[in-house]
Amino acid sequence: MSFETQKLIHTFAALADLGQEIAEKSDFQEMVRSSFHLLLGSLAIRRGALAEYEPTDGLLRFIANRGFGDELPAQLTLSEQEAGRLVGSFSRAASVNERRANFPVEDKELLDQLGVELSIPLVMRGDLIGLVVLGGKANGEAFSDEDRELLDSMARHIGVGIKTHRLMEELEHKAEENRRLYDGLREIYKDTVRAFAAAIDIKDKYTQGHSERVGRYSEIIARELGWSEDRVEGIAIAGYLHDIGKLIVERDIINAPYRINAKESKELNQHPAAGFEILEPIHHPYADIPLMARHHHERIDGRGYPDGLKGDEISLGARIVTLADSFDAMTTDRPYRKRRTLEEVVVDLRANTGKQFAPEVVCALCRAILKEVKGETSERRFTKMLGKGYIDPERVAPLIAELISELESEPSAVAGGPAR
Amino acid sequence: MKMAETTGDLVPSRCVGDTAVIYASDYLNKLSGERIERECQQQLESGRRSLVINFRDTELVNSIGVSILLGVIDAAEKNGAQLVFSNVNNHTVELFEMLGLTRHVGLAKDEQEALGIITGLSATPTT
Repeated sequence: MSFETQKLIHTFAALADLGQEIAEKSDFQEMVRSSFHLLLGSLAIRRGALAEYEPTDGLLRFIANRGFGDELPAQLTLSEQEAGRLVGSFSRAASVNERRANFPVEDKELLDQLGVELSIPLVMRGDLIGLVVLGGKANGEAFSDEDRELLDSMARHIGVGIKTHRLMEELEHKAEENRRLYDGLREIYKDTVRAFAAAIDIKDKYTQGHSERVGRYSEIIARELGWSEDRVEGIAIAGYLHDIGKLIVERDIINAPYRINAKESKELNQHPAAGFEILEPIHHPYADIPLMARHHHERIDGRGYPDGLKGDEISLGARIVTLADSFDAMTTDRPYRKRRTLEEVVVDLRANTGKQFAPEVVCALCRAILKEVKGETSERRFTKMLGKGYIDPERVAPLIAELISELESEPSAVAGGPAR
Repeated sequence: MKMAETTGDLVPSRCVGDTAVIYASDYLNKLSGERIERECQQQLESGRRSLVINFRDTELVNSIGVSILLGVIDAAEKNGAQLVFSNVNNHTVELFEMLGLTRHVGLAKDEQEALGIITGLSATPTT
């Protein structure tokens, strides 16, 4: 193989490798190091350094250094004019002497002392990206025009790599900023929802904290059903807001210390549809919140309101909120009755599964309670909401286990109609 | 001659008297090159002043490999250490000659000749 052919092959291989390094490496430092090795190795240049230009502070910071050691300063300062001249006068490889006017005198002297023979500005679309400074070749020969062409070409590639990295960094920074902004907005949304929940519950003096508890029970059930965190957050919000329609119901009806009559009941029963009307125009970050509010009094057997839906016409989310709502109603005192024991609640759940409640949702609630009763989870979510001493593990655990087993083995035996 | 077998970060090497012999892999690129550079640096830091890099398994050296070898040459010069490359195949010898590496490092046809150059038994390295 002739000398020229060998040289060409080595040069082309270096260019090909450089393209690959710049395209493939996600680690910036690694990309710079490898690319710079390739540039030096293509012509066996013994010493060299690569600086990145930071226009905001006018600094050329060296990010790669082969062979110059500690004599090379960490950075050089360039005035705006000097940076402009570097871009304008020689955007290709040139000796320090040729580029005399581009450097401050002291930097030029320093580069001379270090044995820098060539400098190549990295320029992209008229902007200075960085600078490559190179010592002599290992064979002692001066840089030929072909050598300079090759180095220019490789330096342009490296400039593109650095510029691309900067753009990616800017994009990531902007994406991170947007994410923080979005998280902030979500927090504001959640705080607003909590404020609404508190407003709803204040109207009903007997059921204070009801909306928040329904949100939490809904969250527990959804998580037990394997929902994603985002959907779990969404159903918690639906729980918080499910009774928002009560804001339009007369306070006397809500707070009546007796079983309300048919007329009052009719007015109270408008609250799910009213809730939908209130929530529907809002752009919620979660799906189906207005519908879950509308359908939280629907029943699996079709005897609910306001739409008389049955079975899987009711979304799973609404089925969850329905059970969470009823579970809280059963486990809290009302003006006209004391709360039931958890054993009685389990019996009620069993009796109404497939009629009022969806079997898979009842099953999920029971599983969550049983885990806490049996100490399989360190969280005491039910105890916190139901109060200490309410749960009697020895009495309730067998009942819940039996119901779970029944629902898991043959849900339809308990269910009055299909829930899926 | 006392010989001690060692392996440093997957780079096979051994000590022959006061000389460290380091074995390059089949393709001298960045990964394998940096391992060799690290091994040479460690040998120099531990006070070793003669190194042989044996290229018996090396078929190809790319530009990164060349740059790394220049770094090894630089480090050896700065530490006043002798450095000899041995068992370099013809293609790579031509590359090293073309690029001028042979102006800064001795080439030996095999490890024995390299050790001879180091210990002064042979005055004329072959290329």
